[in-house]
Amino acid sequence: MPQNTRRLLRGIGLVCALALGATACGGSDDDGSGQKQVSAADIKAALKKGGKVKVWAWEPTLKKVVTDFEKEHPAVDVELVNAGTNKDQYTALQNAISAKKGVPDVAQVEYYALSQYALTKSITDLTPFGADRLKDSYSPGPWNAVKSGDGVYALPMDSGPMALFYNKKVFDKHKIKVPTTWDEYLQAARKLHKADPKAYITSDTGEAGLTTSLLWQAGSRPYKVDGTKVGIDFSDKGARTYTETWQKLIDEKLVAQINPWTDEWYKAFGDGTIATLPTGAWMPANFASGVKEAAGDWRAAPLPQWTAGAEASAENGGSSLALPELGKNKELAYAFVEYANSGKGVQTRISEGAFPATTKDLKSKAFQDTEFPYFGGQKANKVFAESAANVADDWKYLPYQVYANSVFNDTAGKAYVSGTPLSEGLKSWQDASVKYGTEQGFSVQK
Amino acid sequence: MTGPSSPVTTASPTIPAPARAPGTPPRLRTPRVRTPRRHTAGRPRRSVLLTVLTGLVLLYSLIPLLWLVVSATKTQEGLAGSFGLWFGGDFALWDNISATFTYNDGVFTRWFLNTLLYVVVGAGGATFLAVLGGYALAKFDFLGKRAVFAVVIGAVAVPGTALAVPTFLMFSKMGLTDTPWAVLIPSLISPFGLYLMWVFATEAIPTELMEAARIDGASELRTFFQVALPLLAPGTVTVLLFTMVATWNNYFLPLIMLKDPDWYPLTLGLKSWNAQASTAGGDPVFHLVITGSLITVLPLIAAFLLLQRYWQSGLAAGSVKE
Repeated sequence: MPQNTRRLLRGIGLVCALALGATACGGSDDDGSGQKQVSAADIKAALKKGGKVKVWAWEPTLKKVVTDFEKEHPAVDVELVNAGTNKDQYTALQNAISAKKGVPDVAQVEYYALSQYALTKSITDLTPFGADRLKDSYSPGPWNAVKSGDGVYALPMDSGPMALFYNKKVFDKHKIKVPTTWDEYLQAARKLHKADPKAYITSDTGEAGLTTSLLWQAGSRPYKVDGTKVGIDFSDKGARTYTETWQKLIDEKLVAQINPWTDEWYKAFGDGTIATLPTGAWMPANFASGVKEAAGDWRAAPLPQWTAGAEASAENGGSSLALPELGKNKELAYAFVEYANSGKGVQTRISEGAFPATTKDLKSKAFQDTEFPYFGGQKANKVFAESAANVADDWKYLPYQVYANSVFNDTAGKAYVSGTPLSEGLKSWQDASVKYGTEQGFSVQK
Repeated sequence: MTGPSSPVTTASPTIPAPARAPGTPPRLRTPRVRTPRRHTAGRPRRSVLLTVLTGLVLLYSLIPLLWLVVSATKTQEGLAGSFGLWFGGDFALWDNISATFTYNDGVFTRWFLNTLLYVVVGAGGATFLAVLGGYALAKFDFLGKRAVFAVVIGAVAVPGTALAVPTFLMFSKMGLTDTPWAVLIPSLISPFGLYLMWVFATEAIPTELMEAARIDGASELRTFFQVALPLLAPGTVTVLLFTMVATWNNYFLPLIMLKDPDWYPLTLGLKSWNAQASTAGGDPVFHLVITGSLITVLPLIAAFLLLQRYWQSGLAAGSVKE
């Protein structure tokens, strides 16, 4: 077992694989049990004493939060650094952890990437700070994501309960009803593409995040994680439900082949080429800044259901703030994270366009009654808040999901470019994930 | 396809000689070529096929540049809504340029100056060291020269990318990561430049000239600076151009070394602007990324145009034995 653990610690992470043997990744030596409790008074004293907190995050609304926080605690100097976006930042963080130098005090980590850091204990368990008492203030999806075993390894910063964004103008033009089930979605896709061969119901070139989210909603639970014991299985009923419908969309060429986040993608939302987008509730800000020309055309609707009348939802995206184990000024760092993700900072971030993970804000009247000029005055937060409440909280990501997602296109993604069935694609994704996990020292069952 | 067995060939005596490539222009149009003269170096042989091929390659390499220039004149919306290789409705080049320099509190200027610093100190230093080393290796005999040769050749073969992570670990032990030194110091070493200067110095500096200088009483330093260095000029410019391009375009090394956007070179800065589009709540600024890229390639083009003639003679040096 110790042999196994050491192999695991050494192997995990992309860069560690490159720098193999140079140093152990996340090699924190303490077993995590002997941590002392940090009381509110300790934190208060630390805030008074002051110091520096280095934050690695790319989330734009944090800028304002940092300014407010520093105004409230003049002794504290928060340095906000954009060290790259998602994968780039994880590589940088892993590098810094390997080198044991330059590790930030706070790091933004997306939910799907959290368990990798939690498992190797390269981020701090926040229970001694009293983080576990915040359980009821967060919606179930994000809270489940920051928990690992008995520990709480980060505080949820935002969340991405899914909704269906659709172009009302296009739907009205072709007299298409907003789909409430995925079957109706398929019908709508056929009708739309027939009416206008240049228009597609959505675009999907094979994106791990979307696929796992839709599996989540369909009730599939492909990943079982218990410490270093991992199970991967894409053959349950939920997965079949998903592949059957999505296969038809691919086979009948009803989804556009436009890569997400490109200028072409943003353009396609503007000119009606892509008529819907099932994604997280953080999307409105991107619509407003990236698809200005279609202001007023789009609306948000509840995510279509796999069984008519159900109310299942899932999360897509969303990130947390964690405290790397090698960071300094833990009390100050925690104080900042709590301020930004649970305290006053939440309101600031909402007003800047972020989507919260805190139930109090999700339920508040002011939040739910916010009218979105971009969505023609729709009170879209109602849709999102309802979705957030309907997210099943038993979903698990792999402890090496960052790697798994990086090979999605080489495996499952083949279904989008060649005749490989999607179910077989998922099977080869499963094989690749099993192989990597075994190599990294996990005990993996298929 | 030769088909001598086919009966049809005998029935078609009008088939022209097969030696002429399809697409050869009619002879009437180029009467001067017809003069039966030997092709000499002064009058290179013309080949239509070759011209067409070269033209295609030229087009292939110019189209992205054309796209860049054209796209830099468009607004963010126009970029998405119009044909890529021709101008859109409104001409927003000047707006884009000023927006590029003012966006995010003018951080682009900072990145530009950083890049200049890395190029001037890094590439300049690398060239200087390569010239010194190349000269010494070419003109002096010392113990372990063969070992140095082996190391240099080996170093040329190892791509810088492969060394990036070990370098990172080493630099972080020294506490140099996230400082400009982390980019500057590795840039100072150019095995290829050293090798090039070595070969060049062997050919370009007659040992007799150095001996003459010594007999006249010049010190070694003076011999180097006043006799050897001018002779090495074409090679020096070549190495300078190579290291300049490498440093200007350097991406991976700064990527892993630098976290503070204040020390980013242009490559990393533009990448971070581009990545903005793919985050929740991010602000897509594709038009600024494109305009920024155009501004970024201009100094390199200028450097090439200015140094080109030295560079050409540099590459040809040593090819003719006198």
